[in-house]
Amino acid sequence: MLLFIVFAPLIAALLILIGAPSRLTALLAAGATTLATLVAFFLYAPAQGGFQFVSSFPISETWQIQFLLGADGLSLVMLFLAALVLFCAVWFTPAIEKSERMFYACLLFVAGGAIGAFASLDLFFFYAFHELALIPTFLLIGIWGSGNRAAAAWKVTIYLGLGSFVLLLGLILLYRSVPADSRTFDLRALQTIAANGGIAASAQNQIFLLLLIGFGVLISLFPFHTWAPEAYASAPAPAAMLHAGVLKKFGLYGLLRIALPLLPQGAQHWNTFLIVLLSGNIIYVGLATIAQKRLDWMLGYSSVMHMGYIFLGIASANVIGLNGAALLMFAHGISIALLFALAGEIRRRTGTLVFQDLGGLGKVMPFAGFAFGAATFASIGLPGFANFAAEVMVFFGAFRVGAGWEGFHIFQVATVLALWGVVISAVYMLRAYRAIFMGAPKPESFQGWGKLPDLSASLRLPVILLLAATLLVGCFPNTFLRFLRPTFTASMAATNR
Amino acid sequence: MTALLPWFALLLPLLSALFIIIATRPLRTLSAFISVTAVVGSFVCASLIFFQKTSNAAAFSWIDLGPTFSIPLGVTLDPLSRSMLFMVTGVGALIHIYSLGYMGTDEGKSRYFAGLSLFMFSMLGIVLANNFVMMFIFWELVGVSSYLLIGHWFERPSAAEAAKKAFITNRLGDFGFMLGILMVWAATGSFVFSEIAGGMAKFTGHPAYLTAAALLVFCGAVGKSAQFPLHVWLPDAMEGPTPVSALIHAATMVAAGVYMLVRVGFLIDASLGALQVIAWIGTITAVLAALMATQQNDIKRILAYSTLSQLGYMVMAVGLASGQAAMFHLFTHAAFKALLFLGSGSIIYMLHHEQDIWRMGGLAKRLPITFLTFLIGTLALIGFPGFSGFFSKDAILVVAHEKSLPIFALAAFTALLTAFYMTRLMVVAFFGSPRSDAAAQGSEAPAVMTIPLILLAIPAAIGGFGFFARNFLALPHEAKSIVLVPAIAFGGLLVGVITAIVLYRTRKTEPLDIALFRNRFYIDELYAALIAATQGLLAALSAFVDRWILDGAIVRGLSSGTWGSGFLLRLLQVGNLQAYGFLFGLGIIGLIYFTVFH
Repeated sequence: MLLFIVFAPLIAALLILIGAPSRLTALLAAGATTLATLVAFFLYAPAQGGFQFVSSFPISETWQIQFLLGADGLSLVMLFLAALVLFCAVWFTPAIEKSERMFYACLLFVAGGAIGAFASLDLFFFYAFHELALIPTFLLIGIWGSGNRAAAAWKVTIYLGLGSFVLLLGLILLYRSVPADSRTFDLRALQTIAANGGIAASAQNQIFLLLLIGFGVLISLFPFHTWAPEAYASAPAPAAMLHAGVLKKFGLYGLLRIALPLLPQGAQHWNTFLIVLLSGNIIYVGLATIAQKRLDWMLGYSSVMHMGYIFLGIASANVIGLNGAALLMFAHGISIALLFALAGEIRRRTGTLVFQDLGGLGKVMPFAGFAFGAATFASIGLPGFANFAAEVMVFFGAFRVGAGWEGFHIFQVATVLALWGVVISAVYMLRAYRAIFMGAPKPESFQGWGKLPDLSASLRLPVILLLAATLLVGCFPNTFLRFLRPTFTASMAATNR
Repeated sequence: MTALLPWFALLLPLLSALFIIIATRPLRTLSAFISVTAVVGSFVCASLIFFQKTSNAAAFSWIDLGPTFSIPLGVTLDPLSRSMLFMVTGVGALIHIYSLGYMGTDEGKSRYFAGLSLFMFSMLGIVLANNFVMMFIFWELVGVSSYLLIGHWFERPSAAEAAKKAFITNRLGDFGFMLGILMVWAATGSFVFSEIAGGMAKFTGHPAYLTAAALLVFCGAVGKSAQFPLHVWLPDAMEGPTPVSALIHAATMVAAGVYMLVRVGFLIDASLGALQVIAWIGTITAVLAALMATQQNDIKRILAYSTLSQLGYMVMAVGLASGQAAMFHLFTHAAFKALLFLGSGSIIYMLHHEQDIWRMGGLAKRLPITFLTFLIGTLALIGFPGFSGFFSKDAILVVAHEKSLPIFALAAFTALLTAFYMTRLMVVAFFGSPRSDAAAQGSEAPAVMTIPLILLAIPAAIGGFGFFARNFLALPHEAKSIVLVPAIAFGGLLVGVITAIVLYRTRKTEPLDIALFRNRFYIDELYAALIAATQGLLAALSAFVDRWILDGAIVRGLSSGTWGSGFLLRLLQVGNLQAYGFLFGLGIIGLIYFTVFH
């Protein structure tokens, strides 16, 4: 099962490179992968919990490296997200003028790499799959991007390269922190060792910091976030969808999967530090988002801001907050992908994303207006959408930590700031919606106003798929929580918290 | 079956909204028909619940994380929610029907009715909710349906701005509301109202915490019920179609704040400090809004400020620990204010969207049914003895007189102002001679609009009598009947009416010119300046720092250094896969090297 999910996109990418019809192959592979992840949900037994569908291929006995796949509820949710967003990103890909094959192959590689990382139970391949996804990301921005794409691409390269390097260092130290005779890349074995106190507290502190910074850069944790807005603004829409929606979640997944369960004391040690940084994400970046004058930059910043909420759930380190964080990873992935997709469609039609030049689009593009409105409300956490269910859990999880009668401690203060962030998001998202879709049209901005085509019937399918996914999870969060709960209950039990 | 009845009432409008969005958007008449059917269906369910006094209902689990944390979706059916359900669906059904006429030829009719249905769903959710989180869910949904309906004519910049302002102002209140919910939950370990009420003992010894939590929950009501200082969105919300103003921004949604406060009365009443703040916020709102109303010229805006002022009365009553008086006024107000708004709607509709009362005049003869029903609404609003508003306002005044004389004095003064501005409106709009062509040619609205007026006029007129009202509500018990209170109120009423008649009887323009009132005490301007000075400045500052210092100096400085531009930039310009492959390989090799050989 997992082998198919992991390799379908990668094989499709190779097939496209050697001559298969690019769009059709990509769509088929992405569609099949999405269906396969859905089937995996049905085959997984949540009552039993733990990693299922495990398959392993030894690579090196002596070095303890093996190609080891397996999935629990958290992986399944992330796999579904990756496959669905890939499908929609491919569907949203417009006609590509230069080297179309490469473009589709890159998309598939990005998603395939992310999927591989989400399904890996071996640290070595976990890291390698992510590297595999990073490189096509650079290419997508550098070759097919817009605006100042060269600068954006190499900024991303430097930043994410450095982030990966720090992460690598952390992973190596983690590997070496265990007594020599029990060293392994197998996550399950490492978890057992960690649960038995096999990793010393001082080592935990060091390693956690490295992982936090390494993953943090990839997630755009404040103040390592400045690559993100420019990269998303320059990237072609499908690439932005995949990166902001899926690949960025790799870092969060890593924190939830590796850093937190293996290094609980390290996490405790750096908690205050993390809270300060994530408040930066929410308040400082949130304010910077308000000041943006272009939709693509604003969405880029907003995506950085929302990472703060997921970090808050992770920092709370209790069952409520962690489940909320995981659910929010999914919810944010869907809503930001939809927003980038629609922004891409607007740019293709109007040639601009500057608020001042836009206005009244709701009249000529009613479906786009409806879809963007829905995505707007999803991203600002309206009940009914998955984002709300997730954010509420993050708030409850975080507020509970150390709550007392006497006043607010750091977690309560962070929750207050996060709640204020909800007001900030409403300000910038509604301002953007007002500027683009409401008000009077501005025919002087460019020619052809009033004849702008609405989203074609075919493009409505991915919009509806994404909206349906977030609405379903938002109205019935238990559908996903049923799968997520065992993961975190287990990791909490393992670390005695 | 009966256990599912409230869920039917709740979900019918949702189904209607979804069906219209998905299927019948191009078929405008059908959409309207579906929406009206749904609300009538809800009304039937609500009546069954109301008359059978159903009290049990099914419950579901929304979020379930095992024993530590779960959020249920359940229903409270008690006398309070049953009557509220009945009122909301009843007024809602009438306004849906009225909308058939008012929005008959509107291009976005399907969107409009989908919005109305979504609103009904959300509002009924607030009424039925048995826990804080569920109430918050529907609280937010009400906010978004209000946003959609205020912004119905979204091409108008004023409507677009008003919708945004309403939503963001409400979010500000909800910031406090959510925080209050979190505090209550952290203290009692529950969101369910009945469980919290049972666990209030946990707060003993922590009065400051309790007061803070109660006041934060109150913040939600300040936003939704448009109390000072978050009242600024409601007058602007009049940019929406008039039936929306009647349903959402007069009769039901804005009353949700008061309903919520009464629902969680066990929490509020436990803190004397919180009660005092609430009573004064209500009083300030009542007086300020009434003063503002005296100088408005737009018929809908006069009514909007009047709504603010009346909501102030209700909140005042909550603060005086008399939830019953608050609910009594909420009910009579729902009837007469919906009536007044629909009446103004039929004027606006028949005068081709003229809203300036100084461009009306003499309408009493041209729109007789509208005039008569509007007159009934006015008499009820100003509290003329015998009309519904007289009894409910009297109930609040009695409580105020009992508990706080300064509040009583201000409440009585507000009653005088109410009589003044409503008489002004009546005299200028309905009497004298027409002051515009539209007013001279106006004629009575069609039956689909006048019948709801007539039906609403009945409860507006007689709804206050005990024999009638007692069937719907638990009326406040008056310890001893005091003649003094109604006498003072009636005196104020006479002064207000007579002054207004004398002042405005033969005028063609406004004789008074009080800039402070006309400009709403410059509160909107103050806020705009405050936002620009704080949020705007901070936002610009963070954006600047981010772009030119964090990113500019550090990152760009780093990357424009020799190694950055020399090595990495070349990689990209080559754009070649080998270079990336090389980097990738380097990483993997490094990984192997470190793990194996060290």
